[in-house]
Amino acid sequence: MRIVVASGKGGTGKTTVSTSLAQVATERDAVRFLDCDVEAPNAALFLHPVLDSQREVGIRVPRVDADACTYCGRCAEVCQFHAIAVVGQKTLVFDDLCHGCGSCAWMCPEQAISETLSVTGVIDSGTTPEGIAFAQGVMNVGQTMGVPILRELKKWTPARLPEAPGAPRRALEILDAPPGASCPVVETLRGADLVLLVTEPTPFGLHDLKQVVAIARELGIPAGVVINRDGIGDDAVGAWCAESGLPILLRIPMERRIAEAIAGGRTLVDAAPEYRPGFRDLLERLVAGVNP
Amino acid sequence: MKLAISIAGQTLDSPFDARFGRAASFCLVDTDSGAWTVHANPGLSASGGAGVQAAQFVAGLGAQAVVSGAYGPKAYDTLAAANIQRLLAPGDAACRAADILAAFQAGPLAEADGATHGGHHGG
Repeated sequence: MRIVVASGKGGTGKTTVSTSLAQVATERDAVRFLDCDVEAPNAALFLHPVLDSQREVGIRVPRVDADACTYCGRCAEVCQFHAIAVVGQKTLVFDDLCHGCGSCAWMCPEQAISETLSVTGVIDSGTTPEGIAFAQGVMNVGQTMGVPILRELKKWTPARLPEAPGAPRRALEILDAPPGASCPVVETLRGADLVLLVTEPTPFGLHDLKQVVAIARELGIPAGVVINRDGIGDDAVGAWCAESGLPILLRIPMERRIAEAIAGGRTLVDAAPEYRPGFRDLLERLVAGVNP
Repeated sequence: MKLAISIAGQTLDSPFDARFGRAASFCLVDTDSGAWTVHANPGLSASGGAGVQAAQFVAGLGAQAVVSGAYGPKAYDTLAAANIQRLLAPGDAACRAADILAAFQAGPLAEADGATHGGHHGG
């Protein structure tokens, strides 16, 4: 089962919720955690994995065989991103405009175009002290496209999930989504069984929550809501969720000691174990199926 | 020869547009006969790679030289590959296409010896 933790607005507590959910889940289940915020991954700061493996990833960019090219211009015509120009007897490729879609290579009538990997980031992977299989995508500085890295990250399979005695464990995947409501969020959500939306009870939190709910509905993914920093702002989020049939699965109050623990690199359930039952209940409700 | 001038309008009296990739249109002038035509720049609405698209477009028009105020690195490279001269408008460029044409005919305009600014796409 794949659970995505998303928010819309940044800084609402996606990583706070996803890391605690993963730590509670790993007591009984085999957990794979993916930090999908490839522009600024930070779940490792809380789960403290030993990242002992790294793989370069990127997009496949075209290379033109000058001997086979007839300068027909078909590749430039089909490129939606103007990454190829054909002028006179020259074909120019601009790697930084290329989205790696492969249309040019497919459409070349002379089969003069091959593709080569242009590295745009890495996938780091390893295991946390409590046995969570962990991976994160990291986009290289200067790159602008996170989606190709996310696609590779989602394919990552740990060498082996840690064994545990007793009953067979459920296989759970927890994906910590990037903030926002654009392509990387959509790619993170694609293929999810459900999405947990972490928001804060402010007009900004509600505004962005609505955007991600719209994406989840478009993709047909059931959603539930966690209200973090409960007690600040107003109750417009609660009212809107009730109107929209979105279940509020957990409320985490605004507490200074939680903020201090997070700032110190500890997870919420590590710093405040009294939240463990709440997260256990949240997890079981998610696994049982969120029905709006 | 055929000269393309980046402009913001539809005629030789239109104001000069100092941008190349995002110019509204190009005025294509036959400098021998004085005949001119105006062509909308397809790069204007491109989400990225406007300079590449505009350069290919100008090459397709058969221009041998361009006058603009600024060339990005990809536009510069594409125009260079097409053997199109990259000329810079004189002065503060607050003038009409006709003034640019007159300046071109009066004497050699400065040639851009590289991109005049960095790319706009990404980092």
